Amino acid sequence: MDFQLMIDSIPQLLEGAWMTVKLVALALALGICLAIPLALARVSKNPFLWMPVYGFIFVFRGTPLLVQIFIVYYGLGQSEAVRESIFWPFFKEAYWCAIFTFTLNTSAYTAEILRGAIQAVPHGEVEAARALGMPRLLMLRRVVVPRAFRLALPAYGNEIILMLKGSALASTITLLDLTGVARVIVARTFAPYELFIMAAIMYLALTLLIVRALKYAEWRLSPHLRPPRHSK
Amino acid sequence: MTEDENPPPPNGGSALAVEDLHKSFGKLEVLKGVSASAEEGDVVSIIGASGSGKSTMLRCINLLETPDSGRIWVGGELIRMKQAGRRGLVPESQRQVDRIRSTVGMVFQSFNLWTHMTVMQNLVEAPIHVLKLPKVEAHERAESLLQRVGLIDKRDHYPAHLSGGQQQRAAIARALAMEPQLMLFDEPTSALDPELVGEVLKVIRDIAEEGRTMMIVTHEMAFAREVSSKVIFLHDGLVEEEGPPEQLFNAPSSERCRQFLAAGEY
Repeated sequence: MDFQLMIDSIPQLLEGAWMTVKLVALALALGICLAIPLALARVSKNPFLWMPVYGFIFVFRGTPLLVQIFIVYYGLGQSEAVRESIFWPFFKEAYWCAIFTFTLNTSAYTAEILRGAIQAVPHGEVEAARALGMPRLLMLRRVVVPRAFRLALPAYGNEIILMLKGSALASTITLLDLTGVARVIVARTFAPYELFIMAAIMYLALTLLIVRALKYAEWRLSPHLRPPRHSK
Repeated sequence: MTEDENPPPPNGGSALAVEDLHKSFGKLEVLKGVSASAEEGDVVSIIGASGSGKSTMLRCINLLETPDSGRIWVGGELIRMKQAGRRGLVPESQRQVDRIRSTVGMVFQSFNLWTHMTVMQNLVEAPIHVLKLPKVEAHERAESLLQRVGLIDKRDHYPAHLSGGQQQRAAIARALAMEPQLMLFDEPTSALDPELVGEVLKVIRDIAEEGRTMMIVTHEMAFAREVSSKVIFLHDGLVEEEGPPEQLFNAPSSERCRQFLAAGEY
């Protein structure tokens, strides 16, 4: 094993890791913004709301992320309509294609996680809000969504970690994320063992950070499950 | 609004009137034409065996259940409902329903405090966001209510850290924070350990004494007898008997009511 190569490759791999973090963070942030309205539509009784969302979730959960990336990156560019639209500067960049695909993919999973959590909010607490005259939107905003977030957090943590690892697929469309950088160096040095072990270690480190952050978030968001502080 | 759109309740009931309520769950007909009323300041207890329709009737008043047919007046105002095909009645205006709900306090058997909020946050939530009360005022109101129900030292606790009796007292305070014209209690002590029942009944008695109109579904016969101005006995989805507590408890005219009271040896 060539330890010198492993150490020398660290700066480049860190650059790749930074790209991975950017991709994942942006996709997750956009994804959750999209997932909240999707989840609310998904639990609606109105078929014009829940049916399209159901279809969207079905498609994005039912196809491999890799296929989705290829369709967006290679597929969209074939369409004249896309190439002539105002979105072309956006879709011709591999970076934005990856962000776009990851965002839709994670929003589909997250919407489904949130749907489960919304439906797990105790019925009595919803009823109490209705009985106090809260209009539906206010009730969703003040009672259902905050409650659902807490219920969804463990499952959502899983989704974050899956997204981190799924982001390795960005390397297939020329992006130099952590996996992408490792592959480039391997092509140059023919040392797959050293480089991919280094990449794996960096993924593990990122996962560890995420796990710690999630643990903290769960603790912060659950004061009602902790023993009471001494009150005045 | 013209006279036609808001006919007054037919048989009195300035605070509350329901007329000919019907409600089925699937094939089970729970209410078979219930009428009842309360004047301002009345404390009406609804008693009857499990499954007689007591809770359903109470839940129809603020439309947590929509009746299949019948009419409901709260404070003399008719809740406008329309027929919507197979779904039965639906409210004509959700805004009217929300407005009326904000004037009707409801206390549930299982408390239903919002578990992610402290006691204080539970109490100020609806006054601030529904009544648009200034925050300072909402907090002052909440504090005086917590004082009254004996929970001021628990103001920053979460519901999970309170006993059942404390949670129910907090839930009563939450309902009172809206300064409702009418309070509905749906078996408020049924989920409590026997030694916690007393502290909740004491709070309810206290509210009754200040002259608030209340309707209470309860199995606490001694309590019903003591606080009520009127008792309604429901049997099998119908009002079997109603009257002042002395009459209903001492000399019930209906055989069913007599049996029900005898079975409990109240």
